Amino acid sequence: MTLLVQILMVVLAVAGTALVLLGAVGILVLTDVYTRMQAASKAGSLGAACILLSAAMYFSELELVVRALTALVFLMLTIPVAAHVLGRAAYLAGVPLAKESVMDELHGRVEGRTNSPGGQDEPNPPDPAPE
Amino acid sequence: MEGVAPSGPGWATFWEVLVGLAMLSIIVAVVRLARGPTLADRVVALDLIATIAVVTAALSSIAYSQPVFLDLAVVLTLVTFVATVAFARAIQRTAQP
Repeated sequence: MTLLVQILMVVLAVAGTALVLLGAVGILVLTDVYTRMQAASKAGSLGAACILLSAAMYFSELELVVRALTALVFLMLTIPVAAHVLGRAAYLAGVPLAKESVMDELHGRVEGRTNSPGGQDEPNPPDPAPE
Repeated sequence: MEGVAPSGPGWATFWEVLVGLAMLSIIVAVVRLARGPTLADRVVALDLIATIAVVTAALSSIAYSQPVFLDLAVVLTLVTFVATVAFARAIQRTAQP
């Protein structure tokens, strides 16, 4: 049982560090605010969750486990909300999409955004009429 | 610390290598923070840096057997969220002519 916990702890720590490093490389390599936000929020939150679980296993005392799990729960609650708020603000502020983007579902549907996003001058075709 | 932790000099080096990798990823994110063409890029980079700081604190608490760093992780989590939402308000305000 102890050996199992040890193996799980080490595997979680290595996986979490690799995910966090991957998120940092993604934020450097990707081409767009929105894709960078995707890398930062997904890889970052999963990596942090793995590391905090590993810390909770390492300190096998109740109060420290509760502390680590509190940080984990708060991270899981706040990272998606922060990413959503940031993405919405960036879109409303007119941050352009990458040139390689193939579609922009919100094009022409968001009030307050006046300029055309990058690489897409004509609006999307309208939706087919509902039956 | 007593408990289930594997011990020995090799394990200390292992955890310190993990702390070093987390710090390396902070440096990689700082490159985007310095380079980022728009303000939104910089705020995304700052958000990721704060998340990696939480990770570094948790890893340090393991590597040096100092449970105090877990408190740092909790506090950083809360402060980061408020800061990011405030920055998002600021970005959104730049949209209005």
